Amino acid sequence: MTDAKLDFEFDAAVSAKQEGWNRPPEIEPSGEGGVLELAMGPHHPSTHGVFRMDVALDGERVIRLKPVFGYLHRNHEKLAEGMSYLGSMPFTDRLDYICSLTNNWAYALAVEKLTGQEVPERAEYLRVILGELTRVVNHASSIGFLIQEMGASGTPLMYAFREREKILDLFEELTGARMMCNYMRFGGCRVDASAAWLEATRKVVAGLPGFVDEFEQLLRSNEILMARTQGVGILRPDLAVNAGVTGPLLRASGVNYDIRKVDGYGIYNRFKFRVPLGDHGDVYDRFMIRMLELRESIKILEQALKEIPAGPVMDAKAKIRGFRPKAGEAYGRIEAPKGELGFYLISDGGPNPYRYRVRPPSLINLTILEDMCLGQNVADVVLIFGSVDIVLGEVDR
Amino acid sequence: MKTVEEIKAAIEAAVPGAGVEIVVNPSVSGQHSLRLTPSHALEVAKFLRDGLEFDYLSNVTGVDWPDKEITEKVKVKREVIKTVDGVEQTVEETVEETRKRVEPGCLEAVYHLYSMALKSAAAEPLVLRMRTVNRKEQAELPSLTPVWRSAEFQEREIWDLYGIVFTGHPDLRRLLMWDGFKDHPMRRDYVEPDDFEYEPTAHDDVLKRAEAHRAAHATAGAAGQVGTGGEQ
Repeated sequence: MTDAKLDFEFDAAVSAKQEGWNRPPEIEPSGEGGVLELAMGPHHPSTHGVFRMDVALDGERVIRLKPVFGYLHRNHEKLAEGMSYLGSMPFTDRLDYICSLTNNWAYALAVEKLTGQEVPERAEYLRVILGELTRVVNHASSIGFLIQEMGASGTPLMYAFREREKILDLFEELTGARMMCNYMRFGGCRVDASAAWLEATRKVVAGLPGFVDEFEQLLRSNEILMARTQGVGILRPDLAVNAGVTGPLLRASGVNYDIRKVDGYGIYNRFKFRVPLGDHGDVYDRFMIRMLELRESIKILEQALKEIPAGPVMDAKAKIRGFRPKAGEAYGRIEAPKGELGFYLISDGGPNPYRYRVRPPSLINLTILEDMCLGQNVADVVLIFGSVDIVLGEVDR
Repeated sequence: MKTVEEIKAAIEAAVPGAGVEIVVNPSVSGQHSLRLTPSHALEVAKFLRDGLEFDYLSNVTGVDWPDKEITEKVKVKREVIKTVDGVEQTVEETVEETRKRVEPGCLEAVYHLYSMALKSAAAEPLVLRMRTVNRKEQAELPSLTPVWRSAEFQEREIWDLYGIVFTGHPDLRRLLMWDGFKDHPMRRDYVEPDDFEYEPTAHDDVLKRAEAHRAAHATAGAAGQVGTGGEQ
C-alpha cells in the first residue's frame, strides 16, 4: 500500500473544497501572543482512561482540536473472528465496562436476528430490567463524573456511586460479577432470577426516585453548574443527525430518536415512558436529559417488575454447543445508555463469525467533539468532553 | 418503509446509469443490500439523503474477501484410441477432471442507513455495499463522508484496519494503529509480527519466537526488518 497516504496531513484548504462537507469554518488566530499547541492526555485526569486531544490555543480559546485514539486498541473484532459466537460474549462486557449488560444484549440481539431464535417472555423482562438498571448506573455516574470535572471533587460522584453499589450488588447476586456480567445468551439469559432477587430489586427501585430527587435538587439549580454549562458546547440538531450522533447527546439537541421507541426491540413497546428532549443542545441540556432519563428508566423498571411472568429464561431449542448459524448477515442494534450500540455479523456457516463488527456509540459521538469545542475556552473542553460520556474500552475496542 | 426493490427503482430513475444491484441475504434477518458502482456512489448517496430521507448513516465497516482457490470437478469428453476386438477405434469417453481456478478477492465497504426523519418505519436498515477492484493496488472507493459526516472516523478506521483508500475523504489518517504502522491488521492474510522483544514479560513461546526472530535477523543483516511491530 502506498505509504504516502499515511502521511496525509489534515489540510483546511482541502476540507473547505469538499462540497457539502459539514465542518465549521476554521478560526483565525488573533495574532496576539501566538498559538499554543497542547496535548491534553493521554494521561489527563478528565479523559476517563487513555485518550488524547491535540488542541491548538489562541490565548484560552480553542482554535483546533484533534482527538487521537488507539491507546486501548486490542482489535476486539479480530479476536472475535477467531473464536465461537458465544466465546465473544464475555469480551463484549469489556467494551463499555460500565454497561456490560446492555453490551451483552446488543450482541445477543444481533445473533438472534441472524438465526431467528425466539426469546422467552421472562427472559425479555429480565433483559429490560437489567438494561434499565444499567442505564441508571451509567447516567448517574456520568453526571457524577461531569460534576467532578467541574471541580466538585467527589461529593456528587459519591452520591451516584452509593446508588450504583446497590445496583451492582444486585448484578453480582444474579450474574456472579459486579461489572463483567456475561449474562445474556442467544435465545435468553444464562440463569433465572429468584423470587428473593426480584424482591430485592423492587426494594432498590423503590428507593431510586428519592435518590433522583435528592441528586437533582443538589445540582440542578447550582449557580456554578449553570454558569459553567449553559450555552457551552452547543451542538446543532442538523449536524448531530448528519454526524450520526445518538443517545442522550442527540436528544439534548432536540432530535426525537430513541431506538427503544423507534425499533421497539425486545418488549419495549409494552411500557409507558417518555423521551425527554433538550432545546439548546448545550452541556446543561445533556446533564438534564440524563437526569430526566433516570426518571423514565425508573418508570420502566416499576412496570417491568410488576408484570414479569413466570416461565423459562432460555429458548428450549437453543443450541449452545455446535452453534453454527446459516450463511448470511445481520445488523442488530439497541439503545445503549451512550447511544446506538450495534453489532454487524456475517456468517459463512462455520462456528466462528466471518465478520464481527461493533458499532461503538462512544467513538461516533466523538466525531463532533471538535465542532463543539471550537471557540470555547480550554477549561470548557473538559466539560464538553465529559458531557459526551464515553468509555475508552468501547472507543478503541 | 420501502422495499429494497422500490429503493433500487427510485435510484435508477433519479441517477441514470447508477448500476445498482440487489444482493440477497440468505439469512432469516432479511436485510438485503444494494451494491453500488463506485463511480456513481456519491451521486446515489446524495439522492438517498436528500430524495429518500436516509439522513442517518449508522454503521460503516469493511469486509475482506481474499482470493479464493476453487477446486471443481468437471466432466470432460475426450476421444481415446482403444483396441476393441483387435481393431483400433476412436471412442468418446467421459472423464472427471479436477480443475483449480482462482476467484479474485476484493475489499468491501458496508454502510447501514436509517432515517431519523421517517423514524416510524425504520426497524431494518438499508444496507449499501461497494467493492474495490482488487485487494492490492486498486483498493480504492469513493468516500461518503462529504454526504454523511458520521463516516469520517469509521472510514478512517477501515483505511487503518483494511487498507481501503477512500478518495475524497478530507482527513484520511490511521485511527487506531499508530502512524508508523505498515500493515492492515483486519485483513485475513495479515501475519502477526514475530518480534516480541518489546513485550515487557516475554516468556515461553513468545521468547522462543523472539529468539528465532533474532537468529533470522542476525543472518539477514541489520537491514532486514521482519514483522511490523517492534522497531520504532
